[in-house]
Amino acid sequence: MRSAGRPGPGSVPGQVERGGPDGTGPAGGGGAMMRFMLLFSRQGKLRLQKWYLATSDKEKKKMVRELMQVVLARKPKMCSFLEWRDLKVVYKRYASLYFCCAIEGQDNELITLELIHRYVELLDKYFGSVCELDIIFNFEKAYFILDEFLMGGEIQDTSKKSVLKAIEQADLLQEEDESPRSVLEEMGLA
Amino acid sequence: MSDVVERTLSALPGLLGQQDPGAGPGGGPGRVSATSRLGGLIRSITALSSKHEEEKLIQQEQTNLKATVSAPTTTLRLMKECMVRLIYCEMLGYESSFGYIHAIKLAQQGNLLEKRVGYLAVSLFLHENHELLLLLVNTVVKDLQSTNLVEVCMALTVVSQIFPREMIPAVLPLIEDKLQHSKEIIRRKAVQALYKFYLIAPNQVQHIHDKFRKALCDRDVGVMAASLHIYLQMIKKNASGYKDLTESFVSILKQVVGGKLPIDFNYHSVPAPWLQIQLLRILGLLGKDDPRTSELMYDVLDESLRRAEINHNITYAILFECVQTIYTICPKSDLLEKAAKCIGKFVLSPKINLKYLGLKALTYVIQQDPNLALQHQMTIIECLDHPDPIIKRETLELLYRITNGQNVTVIVQKMLDYLRQSKEEYTIINLTGKIAELVEKYPFLLLKWFIQTMNAVFSVGGDVMHPDIPNNFLRLLAEGFDDEKEDEELRLYAVQSYLSLLEEEDTFYPQKFLQVMSWVLGEYSYLINDGDPEVIITRLHRLLKQTFVTSETKAWIMTAVTKMSSRMSCSKTIDKLIQEFSTSLDTCMRQYAFELKHLCENKELMKNLFPLDASCDEIMVDASLSFLDGFVAEGLSCGAAPYKPHHQRQEEKLSQEKALNFEPYGLSFTSNMSSSGFTGRQSPAGLSLGSDMSGNSAELGQKETNCLKLDGVRKLWGKEGYLPKKENKTGKEDKTQPVPQDSILTAHVVDPPLMQSEQQVVSLSEEEKEKQQLASTLFVGLGSNSTISLVGDFYKLQVTKFTKYETQNSEEASSFQNIATLPFSPLPDTTPNNKENFQGNEHLGLRKISLSSSEVLEASVSFETSQSVTEVGLDEQLSNCRLSTSSLFADSNIEVFQPPQNVPDIVANKAPLSLCLPEELAGHPHSEIVELCSSDILTVYWCKVWTDDCSRLVLFVANNSTSPLKTVNLVNLNIFYTSVNFFLSFCQKCVQLEKVCTEGVLSGSISYHLDTDTHLEFSLTFSLSDFIRPMKMTTEDFGRLWLSFSNDVKQNLKMSPSQGSLSVALNALKQKLKLHIVEIIGNEGIAACRLLPSVPCLLHCRTHARTLALWFRSSCSALPDSLLYQCQKVMEEA
Repeated sequence: MRSAGRPGPGSVPGQVERGGPDGTGPAGGGGAMMRFMLLFSRQGKLRLQKWYLATSDKEKKKMVRELMQVVLARKPKMCSFLEWRDLKVVYKRYASLYFCCAIEGQDNELITLELIHRYVELLDKYFGSVCELDIIFNFEKAYFILDEFLMGGEIQDTSKKSVLKAIEQADLLQEEDESPRSVLEEMGLA
Repeated sequence: MSDVVERTLSALPGLLGQQDPGAGPGGGPGRVSATSRLGGLIRSITALSSKHEEEKLIQQEQTNLKATVSAPTTTLRLMKECMVRLIYCEMLGYESSFGYIHAIKLAQQGNLLEKRVGYLAVSLFLHENHELLLLLVNTVVKDLQSTNLVEVCMALTVVSQIFPREMIPAVLPLIEDKLQHSKEIIRRKAVQALYKFYLIAPNQVQHIHDKFRKALCDRDVGVMAASLHIYLQMIKKNASGYKDLTESFVSILKQVVGGKLPIDFNYHSVPAPWLQIQLLRILGLLGKDDPRTSELMYDVLDESLRRAEINHNITYAILFECVQTIYTICPKSDLLEKAAKCIGKFVLSPKINLKYLGLKALTYVIQQDPNLALQHQMTIIECLDHPDPIIKRETLELLYRITNGQNVTVIVQKMLDYLRQSKEEYTIINLTGKIAELVEKYPFLLLKWFIQTMNAVFSVGGDVMHPDIPNNFLRLLAEGFDDEKEDEELRLYAVQSYLSLLEEEDTFYPQKFLQVMSWVLGEYSYLINDGDPEVIITRLHRLLKQTFVTSETKAWIMTAVTKMSSRMSCSKTIDKLIQEFSTSLDTCMRQYAFELKHLCENKELMKNLFPLDASCDEIMVDASLSFLDGFVAEGLSCGAAPYKPHHQRQEEKLSQEKALNFEPYGLSFTSNMSSSGFTGRQSPAGLSLGSDMSGNSAELGQKETNCLKLDGVRKLWGKEGYLPKKENKTGKEDKTQPVPQDSILTAHVVDPPLMQSEQQVVSLSEEEKEKQQLASTLFVGLGSNSTISLVGDFYKLQVTKFTKYETQNSEEASSFQNIATLPFSPLPDTTPNNKENFQGNEHLGLRKISLSSSEVLEASVSFETSQSVTEVGLDEQLSNCRLSTSSLFADSNIEVFQPPQNVPDIVANKAPLSLCLPEELAGHPHSEIVELCSSDILTVYWCKVWTDDCSRLVLFVANNSTSPLKTVNLVNLNIFYTSVNFFLSFCQKCVQLEKVCTEGVLSGSISYHLDTDTHLEFSLTFSLSDFIRPMKMTTEDFGRLWLSFSNDVKQNLKMSPSQGSLSVALNALKQKLKLHIVEIIGNEGIAACRLLPSVPCLLHCRTHARTLALWFRSSCSALPDSLLYQCQKVMEEA
């Protein structure tokens, strides 16, 4: 009777699986490295959101609200990493803007922090000493840069030059806006 | 980015008034829009002061936008602008679904710039399962075929962001083509799009695995790096399948570390850090538990550690990954030493981020190297009091892993302290789970401590904690331990503590806690000798009247009261309670009250129903309902129709709807079914007996065993009303069932007063001395001398069982059972497709493998030695056999027959080897006998035999040398020989598929001992087709089964001209996949097969102008998908 009833160590509930040494190693939930990325201001205004895992709108709103609250309540000297829900949140504040990424527990937090930094560098290079206003008024550009930098939640190109090249190439089209298509094709092929 | 000027929103209106941000500093290419309409919108919203005003403004904006986008005159250029504004509205949280369709249109019709915005809007508005997304597919297909690079890039980007799973086949060939594109940016994005497909539908990209290899070898670094994402995922699933790539990965990493990449890829003068980390991760997975592979990477790991010197976050990120890899792969002492030093650097760093990672790394390595925790114990103590809760949390995690019998009370106390401060639901669930686990592991250290800690867990964890926690607690309490006296004491203490908790009026407790209390009080309150049961009932009664108590909890309380009343002669409170609730508006309560009333009138019956302390007794339930036989017989004799089960009725209804069926019900069908071992749950329709066979329920019931032991009978009251014979135990059992919880989200937390009376832990407010003391309590039992207790307690990392046993008679068959020790921890399944295990299919769950007979066919020279060796070393190095998810061939139940050693003396001539299968297998279809691996001493041959009920792997072991071999072990397959001297021997083993997948790898090694121990490694691939058998049936049966299956997959395949007609194609499939062709009519054909042991799958195919339309249906969801893939392969080969 006794042995049958004793709850085994495996039956422990509520345990968030870590990529621990006792188990299966860093086997994730099968998703990409990043779950979502948020940019929001110190006043709690969302400036940019990108979701790499299908999430319902309601859930998104709830998560954004909750996470903003948690992050904004953190003091400046505190750790840039957070355990939040079943995720790891990595955030960093640049001036008045918080950049915030959610990754899985066993992923590398520091490299994610640097990923944020690389994104900021890209924005900075593109806008030329970027500030929050640039992102407010040109958020679609910020999205384009992000899409060129991260694809499906994984880093796509670590070379700063080539990301910007791709963006600028697309931007150049703006001036050729009304020009005939064959020119565009040349641009693209160039 | 310190030079970023802080310009907050508060300054925004002013700024906007002064200058046009478009002409701001830098003046990058993108600054334009502040004067545009979007700019206007943003400006006016920023100027508003209340949420209400904002809502009004947005509403107005949305109305405008709605009118604009739906006006036919709106130009695409204007549409683009509208989309940007819509994105902005959505970002503020206002849904603008009216614009979604226009976003798709814009992506479709716009020029490049407009298209880009259209695609962006689509990817932001819609989610993967949105129905509108289907409308995008055509656009994507068109753009993928475009000659314009930018368009192709956009299409690939959107595909990797958001694409409907079921439409993947539509774009897959196009994307595959892009892998050969001349521009590296296109190749890279194509690889990344395929990566996304791999994540959402791995089966669909299985056939392009070799193209991934090509991508890995791409001359462009970006493309290669992109392919690593896919490899990481694939290796996570099945590391053994990619061991051959180890050297490539190592050499790539060497080049990266050595700075061979273009300088573009540097990040803060560190070469391609992302690439490095990805590679380190892959290497870790490959080297795990594999000494030979690990060996290949020691050098490069050492170099990585050495090169990462600069004091920058990015180098620390690489270092951290290195450390993790070093501790994951097979250990090498000098690397470990360096890694430990690194961890020290992290832990001692003043930077809080690094400190956190140090703690994380410590947690990761702690069971391999507990001394490391001892080195850093003072830092750990400091972190335990760190102002940042995240640091605290990670420290607790670390402590949790070093808990042992000596420090558990202190650690649990620390965790409780943290728990009381945290409000986040996930943290509470997580922590309560861990505390409960620790406490249950050492419940008898201190009885009071156990109960009190659990009280704290219940009152804090409340209704959010995992339902297993109260269930396990109650089970522990009920089943007790070895010592009956201690059990009683524990229960008595629990009763006393709950009584005192309930003493206070109007205190709030979570529902789960109240349920636990009432169960314990109902069950064990008789243990209190001096107390008056009336008092307890009064307290419970008071609870019943509380408004915060849910009706579910009330049911628990009523049951407790009922149990108690059976032990009392009469009670005023109970009478009052009955009276009160007999008129309750709550029907359930009224029901309980009436039952209680009736039971009170018959005390004898009640005593029988509620025996003392019998919650653990088994209950016999007459599941066949045989006591109703008389009733049924009476009904039938009065002319009532015999009972037909639901599915049968439905089927009859279906068959009536169809055309007339002139055929008699196929008898062959039923016999087929039984022979292939259908179980009712697998396919309800499969059991459809003809209507003539449907007897009444009693008849069917009696075919089963008459008394089923049902452990978890849930219903307290059946449909039939109150069943006295069953009721007594079912009521109690009910309490230990996991109960779906009513969601009460915020639990008001109350410190149980008892908790405060027992503060045994050191208070940390004082200085160093106290810390030292705490350290000694925390780290007691740690360290080199007692590592075993620590490790052994918590981590069953490697199960190495060494059994020695003696056999006097070598002919004696011995069997080992090691079900429990197999460390096949089910890896998290990353294939969504495979997720659905066969529900209810116990055959597959059983993990059974039987290895029968290993005989000596021909024998050896030195007969004497064979007699002398009687010791069998069973050394299962099971840590090696980490089977990947995709190859979960499991084994457990192993019988080993030792080779009869009497045989040798008849053998004199060592005639030429003829490898042939044993008689009982020779009749079955089998593959050729092929060499698997060999050395100078041994050659192993293998062959697959496909018998009706399983796939057998037959291994032949031949001794090439003249000298006798000592113990030959087949590691992983759990086969071992004692035979010292066989010349040729074979063994066979039944392999079963645990999960539906298209391919799996079974790997193992053979070791033998001649002068030194030698290993030979091998691995074998099993494909799904090895587990497919034909299933004979008639066309009618097919039709019937077809209707009953819900999982289906359709696909069109191209046929090559050589395949010509349907029958040729079908026959090819029949041969390769062992299908049974039921019938071919014209250009249509049907076939059936089963996955071992008996999961049916039906195939309908039709040819039409060089395409073969395949349509699979099965009762198992993953099967059609995987079979389709097999068919594709067959058709491609043909």
